[in-house]
Amino acid sequence: MLLAIIANRIAMALLTLAGVAVVVFVLLRVVPGDPIAMMISPGAGPADIAALKAHYGLDAPLLTQFWIWITGVVTGDFGTSITLHLYVTEVLASRLPATVELAILALLVAVLLGGTIAVAGTLMRRTAGETVIDGLNSIMLAVPDFIWALALVLLFAVAIPVLPLSGRIDPELAEGFSTKFYLAESVLTGRFAVAGNIITHMAMPTVALALPLAAVIVRLLKQSLKEAMVQDYVLLARIKGFRELHLVLQEALRNAVGPTLALTGVQFTFLIGGTVIVERIFSYPGIGNLAIDAVINRDFPLIQGLVLLFGLIFILINIGVDFAVATLNPRLRHA
Amino acid sequence: MFNVTRRQAFAASGGLLSTLLLPQRFASAAVGSTLNIAYNVNLPSFDPDIGPSSVNPTIQAIYRSIFDQYIGQKPNLSFEPGLLTGWGWSDDKSKVWMDVRENVVWHDGSPFTPEDVVWSIQREGKADGGNPVAFIWAGIDNFKIDGKRITADVKQYDPVIFKWMAFLTGYVLPKAYYEKVGPEGFEKKPIGTGPYMVDAYEGNAYLRLKANPKYWGGKPPFETVVFKFVGDATSRVAEIESGSSDVTLEVPYEEFDRLKSKAGLKGVVTPISDIGMIFITNIEPMLDKNVRLAMCHAVDKETIIKRLLRGYGVAIDTLLAPEYAGFDPSIKVPYDPALAAKLLGASGFSKEKPVKFTIQTTRGFKPKDYEMIQAIVGMWRNVGIDANIETYEIAKHFELRMSHKLAPAAFYNWGNAIGDPTTSTGFAMFSKSPHSAWHSDDLDAKIGPLWGEKDEKKRIQGWTDVDRYIAEQGYVLPLLQYAQPILYKSDLKVTPNVSGALQPTLVSKA
Repeated sequence: MLLAIIANRIAMALLTLAGVAVVVFVLLRVVPGDPIAMMISPGAGPADIAALKAHYGLDAPLLTQFWIWITGVVTGDFGTSITLHLYVTEVLASRLPATVELAILALLVAVLLGGTIAVAGTLMRRTAGETVIDGLNSIMLAVPDFIWALALVLLFAVAIPVLPLSGRIDPELAEGFSTKFYLAESVLTGRFAVAGNIITHMAMPTVALALPLAAVIVRLLKQSLKEAMVQDYVLLARIKGFRELHLVLQEALRNAVGPTLALTGVQFTFLIGGTVIVERIFSYPGIGNLAIDAVINRDFPLIQGLVLLFGLIFILINIGVDFAVATLNPRLRHA
Repeated sequence: MFNVTRRQAFAASGGLLSTLLLPQRFASAAVGSTLNIAYNVNLPSFDPDIGPSSVNPTIQAIYRSIFDQYIGQKPNLSFEPGLLTGWGWSDDKSKVWMDVRENVVWHDGSPFTPEDVVWSIQREGKADGGNPVAFIWAGIDNFKIDGKRITADVKQYDPVIFKWMAFLTGYVLPKAYYEKVGPEGFEKKPIGTGPYMVDAYEGNAYLRLKANPKYWGGKPPFETVVFKFVGDATSRVAEIESGSSDVTLEVPYEEFDRLKSKAGLKGVVTPISDIGMIFITNIEPMLDKNVRLAMCHAVDKETIIKRLLRGYGVAIDTLLAPEYAGFDPSIKVPYDPALAAKLLGASGFSKEKPVKFTIQTTRGFKPKDYEMIQAIVGMWRNVGIDANIETYEIAKHFELRMSHKLAPAAFYNWGNAIGDPTTSTGFAMFSKSPHSAWHSDDLDAKIGPLWGEKDEKKRIQGWTDVDRYIAEQGYVLPLLQYAQPILYKSDLKVTPNVSGALQPTLVSKA
């Protein structure tokens, strides 16, 4: 039964990715702007333009181009980036870890922050404290991540310059890594000064990405907690004399967390989408920043690889969330 | 494989916490002989001769730090010996000669040779090699090496080939090393003969360079140079304001004015070889000369520069900036709204019955581009022109221009770091160029003979005459020469470069 579900999910994922591949390939050729037009110089004649198109394989019929690309993708060859002159798979593999570390850290911060505020809001329900929390949360929810990013830049890089503004790590320290997971590797190998440096670089982009997600978590979790707090089992625990904090954390939270977890998973995909702008603002070398350059330069192979990668990430997150929710809620396991 | 015990994990968390809580001293801040530049673009590729990056003017400052060009260029755009110490034509212009600099070594210590020069030119000239300006380099062939002198036959005479040797894709690469490591290997570990050697690189983040101790031009002023790729203008402002970077460029003029007088900072603004212009396409209603000239006379460029660009820019009436060869200050298209209204009236147009067309523009690609076009459309409205603004991405502009499908009017910026009129007026106005918008036989008849003109004085005068004719006919609307703002720490000295390339060799300690 479980194997059938897994096989079904994998088949659906492959079908989705195939659809994404077709759509992105066609869209890139339909929307205005092609890489040759971006690079031809004054004086280039039709023969020069044709030679450049041939060099980058853009002279073949559309179907042939698609066939060459898709058969390459199946064998793990996503082509060569027009602007970077490197294999797309190699580029993605070198940039993805930076975004993964940033996204996971932002998710952790969002969950911790959102969870804490939601619990605090539940404890303070029907008081002035709850109004304050709701007000602040509305602001967190209304302000998009890139505005938070700019505000943080002004606050912690200009007004009170305590955090580094750009990059993932000080260039002097970016040596001796055997993987591209700089943060994880530096912690695991005991290079704490390096890890600290990386965290200071990640602090602002992390918070900028985390705040909107934290606000979503607060809104949903607080509502779920409020509903749970009037349930019979909470009432019973209260009669038994348990303190309010115990009621929220031990009784209500476990039952209220399901919907929040599902929504957090969906919102996490938006968070990863948000890395595009936030990474740009902080010159953070992840796939988001890479995507902007790829689009500006109309680097077709790289854009196609990036879109497929984003698609794969979203699918994996959704599958992960489904399994996590099913694990936490026994009723859904057999649904 | 990492094996972590509980004790190690506890120690790790303690160590990490203490690191975070201790006061930070960011290594990236300006220290000793390190120069941190908050740069406005990313470096996608290390190959300066192939692909889109090779023709991106804003990246040239980085390429010039690592590689040398055949011929050097001073900050005022004049030329100087580079890896070639001498160059020229035979009397009948059927051959070129080049003398190669001696006692130069590549960053790996191997000697630089004339073979490197020949191989580089041949590689750049291969039609299917990926060089966007291969047609320039393919103009010479049949190379012969005699000691330090190289001679070659001229297949197609191009009077500006030596100027291109100081321009886009005019870089010498190491033949033996490149053939040994291949294109991928070169991208991962590039070497040149330039003043700085690549030490570390992380795309979209930074490039760290170390001074080349054996540089033929003398020791560079800084031991280490870090280019931080900060694409966002607000972040570049924060970089320089917070002291995280020592130099930055291309910040909004408002921020420049605010920061240039701040304690510890200085600023300089220099007109560069980049102009703003409006292409006119030879379609209705632009086929009417009165309409074209009215468009030109109705625009108050000085006011636009003063109000929108805070005075940073130079009004121009031809496609040549004052620093270019062939520039003639006597060619004027004055602001004269009364004349504009009269011209339109002669064609039956007025404020009540305006001539209508679309003008295309980018928004945010260049400083205040959209706002400038808004202002121009307002000025046009006052004389009887009703233009509808259409915004597009720069990529769409390129594609439309290449297929000759631009709107009747289209805003664009044009760079020309070698300052030769062929690379401005020539390619922007000759109908055979994929970059031109106005196509007409009368203009082609005037431009055509200049491509092969072998008398340099006559050639330059010919372009000046073409510019005068274009101004009289209103075939294009030149607007302004852009000015590049640079902010830097007050203990530094920065020599602005008219080409716009902020090279680390032009920065020194004050």
